[in-house]
Amino acid sequence: MFGITAYGAYIPRSRLSRAAIADANDWFDASLRGLAKGERSICNWDEDTITMAVEAGQDCLSLLDAGSVGTLYLASTTLPFLDRQNSVVVSQALNLGDHLRTMDVSASQRAATSALIAILEAGNSEKGAAMLVASEHRRSKCGSRAEMLWGDGAAALGVGSDGVIAEYLGSETYVTDFVDHYRGEDSTLDYEWEERWIRDEGYLKSVPLAASRLLDKAGVKAADIAHFVLASDQAKTPSAVAKKLGITAEAVVDNRIPAMGIAGSAHPILLLTSAFEFAKPGDLIMLAGFGQGTDVVLFKATDQITDRRPETGFAGAIERRRPDENYNRFLSFNNLVERETGKRGELDKQSYLAAMYRKKDLLTGFIGGKCRECGTVQIPRENYCVNPECGALDSQDDYPMSAIPGRVKTWTADRLTFDWNPPAYFGLVEFEGGGRLMMDFTEVEEGSIETGVAVSMHFRIRQFDNQRGFRKYFWKATPSGQERAQLTTGD
Amino acid sequence: MASGIKDKVVILGMGCSKFGERWDASPADLMVEAFEECIADAGIEKKDIEMGWFGAGIDAYNVGSSALPLSLALRLSNIPVTKVENMCATGTEAFRGAVYAVASGACDIALALGVEKLKDVGYGGLPQRTRGVENDMFWPNLSAPGSFAQLASGYRAKHGIDKSELKRAMAHVSVKSHANGAKNPKAHLRREITEEQAINAPYIAEPIGLYDCCGVSDGSACAIVTTPEIARRLGKTDLVSVKALQLAVSNGDEASFSDWDGSYLKTTRIAAQRAYNEAGIKKPREEISMTEVHDCFSITELVTMEDLQLSDEGQAVRDVLNGDFDADGRIPCQIDGGLKCFGHPIGASGLRMIYENYLQFQGRAGDRQLSNARLALNHNLGGFPHQNICSISIIGRYE
Repeated sequence: MFGITAYGAYIPRSRLSRAAIADANDWFDASLRGLAKGERSICNWDEDTITMAVEAGQDCLSLLDAGSVGTLYLASTTLPFLDRQNSVVVSQALNLGDHLRTMDVSASQRAATSALIAILEAGNSEKGAAMLVASEHRRSKCGSRAEMLWGDGAAALGVGSDGVIAEYLGSETYVTDFVDHYRGEDSTLDYEWEERWIRDEGYLKSVPLAASRLLDKAGVKAADIAHFVLASDQAKTPSAVAKKLGITAEAVVDNRIPAMGIAGSAHPILLLTSAFEFAKPGDLIMLAGFGQGTDVVLFKATDQITDRRPETGFAGAIERRRPDENYNRFLSFNNLVERETGKRGELDKQSYLAAMYRKKDLLTGFIGGKCRECGTVQIPRENYCVNPECGALDSQDDYPMSAIPGRVKTWTADRLTFDWNPPAYFGLVEFEGGGRLMMDFTEVEEGSIETGVAVSMHFRIRQFDNQRGFRKYFWKATPSGQERAQLTTGD
Repeated sequence: MASGIKDKVVILGMGCSKFGERWDASPADLMVEAFEECIADAGIEKKDIEMGWFGAGIDAYNVGSSALPLSLALRLSNIPVTKVENMCATGTEAFRGAVYAVASGACDIALALGVEKLKDVGYGGLPQRTRGVENDMFWPNLSAPGSFAQLASGYRAKHGIDKSELKRAMAHVSVKSHANGAKNPKAHLRREITEEQAINAPYIAEPIGLYDCCGVSDGSACAIVTTPEIARRLGKTDLVSVKALQLAVSNGDEASFSDWDGSYLKTTRIAAQRAYNEAGIKKPREEISMTEVHDCFSITELVTMEDLQLSDEGQAVRDVLNGDFDADGRIPCQIDGGLKCFGHPIGASGLRMIYENYLQFQGRAGDRQLSNARLALNHNLGGFPHQNICSISIIGRYE
């Protein structure tokens, strides 16, 4: 059996109230008020497509052995680098090793479904598993419908033969140069055409052309589809398409617009992870991806669908939320306003690429060292073992620490230093099993940090070098609540 | 076995500029101001100075690199001058160079001068600067208050001290230094404050508020040192000598390995013990008459009282609130106002502390004169609690 073996999801914690967007913008467009229900997910200042992809990938790896991943495709229309393979950054942050096939797939809202079909059609990789990560951080104009309805998020899928939860039954693609929206070479924001035309000439024609062929090919009746995934920021369109196809209304997977908004090309995969969480063995699942035509993929849930659950998953990612009412901060985080940074924000943040490459194991992989002589764990790893009783030279083996929980030893909330979201929280973190590091914290809510609080590690943006169009990444600590086991010292 | 520095070198003269926001003074102006006082006090001529040590902490932002700025500003006669930089210990490091040169016999008379021109850079607080190509990629953007504020979290956790109680003791530290600074005409901040003001001031880095932070100042201080024999030959009486000069530098233990809990300064404990040994001090609480410690932030001064063995561990809050380190307390601390109010021109600070010792021993400290001071301990701390440089000098009457 071959198909989906693992999945994971990530939705930024911060959820901006749509009423806050409407309050700021309905002086210009009163119709926004009609869309002002619920909230949308928004990236923190230190999150982007790459960092969310790493989060979703980590969640997926809770069901998948990193050593078995021979392929990693990253799908997105909002990749931070146009020329620097983004999927390689993700693979190294996930510590997938140095020998795998990586690729960025972009330029359409069906980037992720097309990448998934490519993986599924390629069959089993040499190492056994393939991964797709879809991630989107779409920016939009102030006061636009898109700003109201879109959200940020990422999802990941594992594909292979070991532990299949959804068997691959087939796929189909219909292509047509239907330009419902576009973003040209020199633009940072999308341009969209009329909503009703997109519905009537786009979704309602294009999706059935692909879906009917696939149903025929697979010998499946539309009425037997138990879960139909179609992402759209038009709330009623997925149901209209389902009705036209003969798929039941109950099968339409909720687009979750009130809870998070539509996360672009990542949304079909996010919705698929959502469907996996309530699918029963034997259920037929149809995934559709719309954009210059339509991709459709058919799966059948296996007996393992109920047991194989990732650490967080879609429901967990939706639930982990922090309400936000600050529209100005959202604009600031998305570079939609020119913001005062203060004198301290002026410091040159040049990335020295040669040094960055030399330190990539630490910076991207969060790899420390473990001394062969005395067992001491240390990060960063240096030439001499830090244990003064040992002090051995060149004695440390690589020791990945991104999955190791830690506890706060010392901390502060710094209002003097520059931070895109002050105060800057940082402190000394002690890791379970040894090792300690003075590091940044992120996603800290006031009062959630104290000495002894458990933290987990997260790949985030460390700094922007706006002068040279670069961004640096590193790992940060986030309070993980008190659910983790007591920290033990030593091995 | 090495015999140490005790009583091998004496101070021939000292000088210190007015500290503060010296908008109209260049680094050279500040150096000359300190130097002119110093050389007049020493009673020698410029040509008698054989070697110089020059300290400036953040050279890229003020005086420029190398020893040239000192030699040029003072028009020294092509003597050997060495530039030293060791973060906030820079001033004491310049002094150590000059003292060691005299003690070694390499020269008879040496100059140490420290200067910092911080108010040309446009920052409130210390300028934000690079920590090196590699460190900048993963270190937090910790400001000075942000790094030292963490001492409070570690101290609270270790000793189970209530946040508001610790904050009150921190406020007492600052109120005391403001009271002392008000009596010092060369101090940067000369206004008394109340405990309430200190507690209610806006946060800079939790739990450090505005009044928990020291002044960021322009200033310069300098010393001319020689041997006791030469000083006597030059007609000096009431000699002040160097009893100990110690430095302890972190090796990554606190930051990467040990069970250090963030509540104290490991290097201070090491340097203090070494200094007591070098000076032959067995009972610091009875023998030390005054301290000038690195009160960059009130919490630093508080934990330093324990690190110097002047308070029992966990008892500094009680002792501070008890007034033990006030001007009329058991061991007065920062009688000149400290970094807090005299100010903190980084490269000058260590020398400024010794300047105050020297004035006190010679009965020249004006309104803030202590009675019968005979042994002083000075302490500088450069860097961050988890990774730092600690220098300690002990200065006393030459008896």
